[in-house]
Amino acid sequence: MENRLIVTASPHMVDHSSTRKLMGNVVVALLPSVVASAWIFGLRALLLIGVTVAACVGFEYLYTRLMKKVNPVGDLSAVVTGLILALNFPVGLPLWIAIVGAFISIVVVKQLFGGIGYNFVNPALVGRMVLFTGFGARMTTWVYPAAAQSVFENLDAVASATPLQLADAQGNSLLSQYPVMDLLLGVHGGVMGETCAIAILLGFVWLVATGTIQVTIPVCYLGSYAVFSLVHSVVDGMNAQQMDFAAALTAGGALLVRQLLAGGLLFGAVFMATDYVTSPFTMKGKMVFGFGLGLLTFAIRDFANMAEGVSYAILFMNLLVPYINDLTRQVPLGAKKYKKGAA
Amino acid sequence: MNKLNIVTNGLVKENPVLRLVLGTCPTLAVTTVAFNGLGMGIAATFVLICSNLVISMLRNVIPGKVRLPAYITVIATFVSVVQMLVKAFVPQLDKALGVFLPLIVVNCIILGRAEMFASKNKPLDSALDGLGMGLGFTLALVCMASIREILGAGSWFGITIIPESIDRFTFMTSPAGGFFTFGVLMALVIWLEEKTGKKVDRSIGCEGCPSKGSCGMKGGDE
Repeated sequence: MENRLIVTASPHMVDHSSTRKLMGNVVVALLPSVVASAWIFGLRALLLIGVTVAACVGFEYLYTRLMKKVNPVGDLSAVVTGLILALNFPVGLPLWIAIVGAFISIVVVKQLFGGIGYNFVNPALVGRMVLFTGFGARMTTWVYPAAAQSVFENLDAVASATPLQLADAQGNSLLSQYPVMDLLLGVHGGVMGETCAIAILLGFVWLVATGTIQVTIPVCYLGSYAVFSLVHSVVDGMNAQQMDFAAALTAGGALLVRQLLAGGLLFGAVFMATDYVTSPFTMKGKMVFGFGLGLLTFAIRDFANMAEGVSYAILFMNLLVPYINDLTRQVPLGAKKYKKGAA
Repeated sequence: MNKLNIVTNGLVKENPVLRLVLGTCPTLAVTTVAFNGLGMGIAATFVLICSNLVISMLRNVIPGKVRLPAYITVIATFVSVVQMLVKAFVPQLDKALGVFLPLIVVNCIILGRAEMFASKNKPLDSALDGLGMGLGFTLALVCMASIREILGAGSWFGITIIPESIDRFTFMTSPAGGFFTFGVLMALVIWLEEKTGKKVDRSIGCEGCPSKGSCGMKGGDE
């Protein structure tokens, strides 16, 4: 045996995990959301998801074929991108726009930068944001599930808004009254994957149980967001509405539950912020990353003129990942402490 | 270098926007509509030819230390001429280009060519260089603006091409779409260059640097 001593560059794999296996786990984790979207929004959801995934895989195959690269379709990463992208669409989106989104995600964001492992931002997220700026009206035409219409039938604004947009337009007090059960089950307006919190949490449990993701990023993200948001609503309640501390805390807590469940926060925290390529390596880095996400999401949701801030928060933090990695580098065992400017 | 080469140089090989990456600001700002791109290109071409010609004629008179203010004065003169002409004859273009028309004064392409070419070459060659660079600038602007207008607004030179029933991909007319188109076109030109086997060595040394005279640094990144 002359190969007893193998010298390779890190990472050193000790088990038999492969990209295909990990991506397969993510696909399984996304299935509850797919099923939920079909249940909530009807069978067109499945058609839209199917077309988007097929387009993503197709573009990946065509591009690598054209560029004479190794065919990467088997690693399932294009399937994951397609699923996440599709779950970011409202159910009524025309199919050709979905295909444009798939092109941007796979060809522009992923392959042009070198394929899997080289994209500097989350492909599905950029696909979503480009479509939002490109086809704003189409991407925000929410189809409202029948079940939700009865809840707020007296409000006209409901017909075309997500719970967060409602809160943005008419004040947070309305969001506090939103039935938590509706948010958990997802019977409200929004993109297909973000509405059903239970399905997302099922996927989260699966991802953590199989060791596909660590809980650090989602927990830091949601935790820091919760702290910022709660402090803001308590201060707001005590100042603007002359409540005492206990009352403000109760009101803030009730609002916080809805804020956590509504919008893309859960979906983003579980499936998009945890993307391997675009999140930091180390535990410390992941904590910084999650904290930044929470801060940005809170700032955009509460102070900017947008109802939703998860996408931009994740995109922005994606861009900072190389710096976070650099600043939170692990010290090898026994080595001297890494100093800036050394080496 | 023969006369024809000087003109064709600016079209692709040393295209001011796509290869020299000069004048990026007006390029991104005005290329939402093909007509604006063409107008901007023609205006800049006129200024380039005239200023290159005049600066080349004065190249032995202008003292090196005050050459930049002198160049700017010459350029500003011609920009004023263009601005008045555009205001008088194509007011809608003046409205569309807005501040970017007077800003041709500080357009890097014009100052860059004055430094790099006109101050070292004969008047006729300089004028031809201005023509080539101007045409290259116009070509790049029209290409970019066409892509952005067709995809983003569904029309070309104001004529509707894509039926109204199809959604407009308004992303392309946004600044982000501008950067995207810019990058894709740059990649295309580089690809063309490699494809035709005319790869040009682009290591920047001190030799071609406009700041050679005033720069205290020794050596380049060659």
